[in-house]
Amino acid sequence: MNNPYLPYPVKIDSVVTETEDRNLKTFKLVFLNPDDEAGFNYTPGQFAELSIAGLGEIPIGIATSPTEKGYIMFTVNKVGKVTNHLHNMQAGEIMGVRGPLGNWYPWDVLEGKNVVIIGGGFAFTTLRSSIVYMLDSANRSRFGDITVVYGARSPGLLLYKEELAAWEQRDDINMHITVDGTDDPNWKYNIGFVPAITKEKAPSSENAYAIVCGPPIMIKFTLPVLTDLGFPAERIITSLEMRMKCGIGICGRCNIGTEYVCKDGPVFTLEQLSRLPNEY
Amino acid sequence: MSETYVSKEKLPGIVEQLMGTHRVFGPILKGQYHQFALLEESADLDLAFRNTRLSPKALFHPHSERMFEFTLEKGNPDAGILKEVPKDYRSRIVLGIRPCDAYAFKLDDRNFITDQFKDPWWVQRRESTTLVGLACNDPCSTCFCTSAGSGPFDTSSLDVLLVDLGEGYLLQAVTHKGEQLMGDLAGGESVPEHCTEQAAALKQSAEAQLGIQFNLDPVKQKSMVELFDAPFWEDVQFSCINCGTCTFLCPTCWCFDIQDEVYQSRGERIRIWDSCMFPLFTLHGAGHNPRDQKLKRVRQRFMHKLKYYPDKYADGIACVGCGRCVQHCPVNIDIRQVARLMAESCVCPV
Repeated sequence: MNNPYLPYPVKIDSVVTETEDRNLKTFKLVFLNPDDEAGFNYTPGQFAELSIAGLGEIPIGIATSPTEKGYIMFTVNKVGKVTNHLHNMQAGEIMGVRGPLGNWYPWDVLEGKNVVIIGGGFAFTTLRSSIVYMLDSANRSRFGDITVVYGARSPGLLLYKEELAAWEQRDDINMHITVDGTDDPNWKYNIGFVPAITKEKAPSSENAYAIVCGPPIMIKFTLPVLTDLGFPAERIITSLEMRMKCGIGICGRCNIGTEYVCKDGPVFTLEQLSRLPNEY
Repeated sequence: MSETYVSKEKLPGIVEQLMGTHRVFGPILKGQYHQFALLEESADLDLAFRNTRLSPKALFHPHSERMFEFTLEKGNPDAGILKEVPKDYRSRIVLGIRPCDAYAFKLDDRNFITDQFKDPWWVQRRESTTLVGLACNDPCSTCFCTSAGSGPFDTSSLDVLLVDLGEGYLLQAVTHKGEQLMGDLAGGESVPEHCTEQAAALKQSAEAQLGIQFNLDPVKQKSMVELFDAPFWEDVQFSCINCGTCTFLCPTCWCFDIQDEVYQSRGERIRIWDSCMFPLFTLHGAGHNPRDQKLKRVRQRFMHKLKYYPDKYADGIACVGCGRCVQHCPVNIDIRQVARLMAESCVCPV
């Protein structure tokens, strides 16, 4: 009988330190068995449980896009027992991955629409996956305008800096990178909080959906801006975080109302959340 | 479905017969309390019990379960790779389970067995088990199965129902599995006259004794958010000490934690019962805790049982009315009272 709790063995292919505070590292993982890779069919917005034998598992958003073949990638913030250990692991070491888990951004609904992506801090991982997915030459024509507002506290805390710079050069995506503040005289992008920059750039809500991921304080102040821009709650999409264990809607931990965040989520529209207890 | 009769003096022989072909679990008196355990000999079985203190959920969802094992030995090519552990799925019989406790497994099935994911340990234990229930002729004052979708003679989740008729037991097959089990039994007698009627009368009197103690229909009409924000949770949570006894005893509290344990270079991934009464249950790695207050945790348990579960599955509540939480709560919180509050209290500002 197929055991959904059993992780696939993977090898760490590379480890990249993303931020100047060294709290975020990106792990590129390669499946040990080709069959496992073939079975790992994911969609941007989903997550996986990273497993380290002897320490446990952590639910982390998948940062790669399914259009990137041969590996999967996770950007992990160092906060607890498993993540601290993971940050000390090296390329070549063996660990486990269980997934893909959860639902995803509603790509069938987003088809033919303008997509506004708003991200803050290290919540940019599944948003990176989404951007890479939409910009893929096979997919780009399926979507309208793509607008990205992405902010971090300082330039050194932005994720995926090289890719951000490359996307800036493209004319099929409107990038608005911002930082809360910087003393770097060569900083060439925006300065200001994500809600303020969103208001300033005022992406049109016409035929558009917004995907918002970031710290609670950013989300709290961005939502009214989006409402003012004319985005109804059904067209504002976000992804929730909860403490999780099983990741498959069984262990009960991430329950909010009728939903299990790990299985029925993590992606919800604001309209769906308005019908659930505000307990996340 | 067929019926047979076993006099009480013949029961040990029948149990031994079953023990020859199955692993048989039943209520055994251990210290002060009864508990479901594997019978070593037929004399261990004690059917003269009200109910076990712990629910029999551990028969399917053990308090701690070895999920996987692994080695961390340097140089071992399998180091760090989790492997499945062998489990004993030989056929077994649970004898003397109360109908409400069996009904709980049916409610729990919806959680452990979904279209997308099936919990392998739960599924295989369910498949390899025959449930022989014992009807409740004399329910406790804390019982309320008839208000929770079950009943003292509820056969909905049993394979065979036993009814204690004083001198002997009436055995009624409920499912094909139960029919088969009874067909294999030697020593059953034809049912004496009036036994079926006697059992029906016992059922009626037990049901009458229980009555209907609350009606949750009004809860269906209220929104989750409305009940969530209701002021009465302040009163409900006042005396709770978040000890978690209710979740530990409850047959429909299935929440679990997953932990790794290592001894020298070998380790195991295990799952263990957990409780929404504990703050650690929802504490994020980064420090945020969505249920950081006692009120929120108490509310979560009752809302999950009486509102979220019914709304999610559009049927039933995640409670079978066994009354264990009522009996053992150290501060006398009574889920029946909470159900009535949820159903009846006016949550609009007066």
